[in-house]
Amino acid sequence: MSARAETLLWLAQRISAMVLAVVVAVHIGTIIYAVQGGLSAQEIIGRVQGNTGWLAFYGVFVAAVAVHGPIGLRTILREMTPVPARLIDVAAAAFAVLLAWTGWQAAYGLYGFGGA
Amino acid sequence: MADMASMLDVSVWRGADEGRFVSYPVPRRENQTVLDVVTYVQRRLDATLAYRFSCRVGMCGSCAMTVNGVARWTCRTHVGRVAKDGRLRIAPLRNMPVIKDLSVDMAGFFAKAARAKGAFRPTADRTADFAVIAPDSPRRRRADAAIECIGCGVCYASCDVVTWNPDYLGPAALNRAWTLVNDERDGGNRERLAAVAGDAGCHACHSHQSCMERCPKHLNPTESIAGLKRATVLAALTGKL
Repeated sequence: MSARAETLLWLAQRISAMVLAVVVAVHIGTIIYAVQGGLSAQEIIGRVQGNTGWLAFYGVFVAAVAVHGPIGLRTILREMTPVPARLIDVAAAAFAVLLAWTGWQAAYGLYGFGGA
Repeated sequence: MADMASMLDVSVWRGADEGRFVSYPVPRRENQTVLDVVTYVQRRLDATLAYRFSCRVGMCGSCAMTVNGVARWTCRTHVGRVAKDGRLRIAPLRNMPVIKDLSVDMAGFFAKAARAKGAFRPTADRTADFAVIAPDSPRRRRADAAIECIGCGVCYASCDVVTWNPDYLGPAALNRAWTLVNDERDGGNRERLAAVAGDAGCHACHSHQSCMERCPKHLNPTESIAGLKRATVLAALTGKL
């Protein structure tokens, strides 16, 4: 991988970290607020179902996770394992696709729950 | 003959990468440095001990060793400061191949300074007038903050990222590159930033700050590396990397 590509990966991880700092705080804050009166699947679905704001929020959340996690995993694998660098790049990219696909599917699934 | 209360229990690494610690009794003296202790062992107890030193006053940076687990200049380390219980464990610097006993092969360490484009690339010839650089200009100040490195290898030996990734350029080479990035007379920054970017360069730094903690000159290579991270990102975004 070129020096430019590696530099941009580093930048992407920093920017995604900044995004995560905000969305994770909102996410956890909402959980703490929401469980005050007991937590049920019905209540969660009632809040996010059909709500475009929450869909957008979790869309951004998943995107930031899919960028941030695999880059960090790539660094850990490069430093801590003898796995060839090329293979690690492929594995990290596959992990990013997996996170994005499953994450967005979950967010969209809750948004459209019950055929809304 | 000194009694045991005035004796130091000194363990010294003997061998190369494979070896063992050997114990030597060394008389405790006032104002004694760790280098004095090593010299005593070599001159009085075992003449085959290999170690490296030159100036003895903290100018040359050649006597760095691992003293009780910490990389230090032995000439500037008083025994009283590091051996409260009268025990000293002296090993070669980490992250460099051991040649013999306390002498390490620093060729790879210096090669990385060259790989990081640590040589000045002039933009003017000898006929040009002096470059006038204001002492309080931001770039001059940044270069000043990092310029006093004498290449002793203490930061390099203290860096865990070097241990994990032997290809990593390390704090000293990157710190040197940062001084040149801020040198207005230098014309080699495009190649230099390309050389210091990426997984074996500044972006591999985890900001543990061991280099800053251990630098005998109280420099802050971590800050220099952070500067390189910013400079390389800017270069990458503007198509200059």
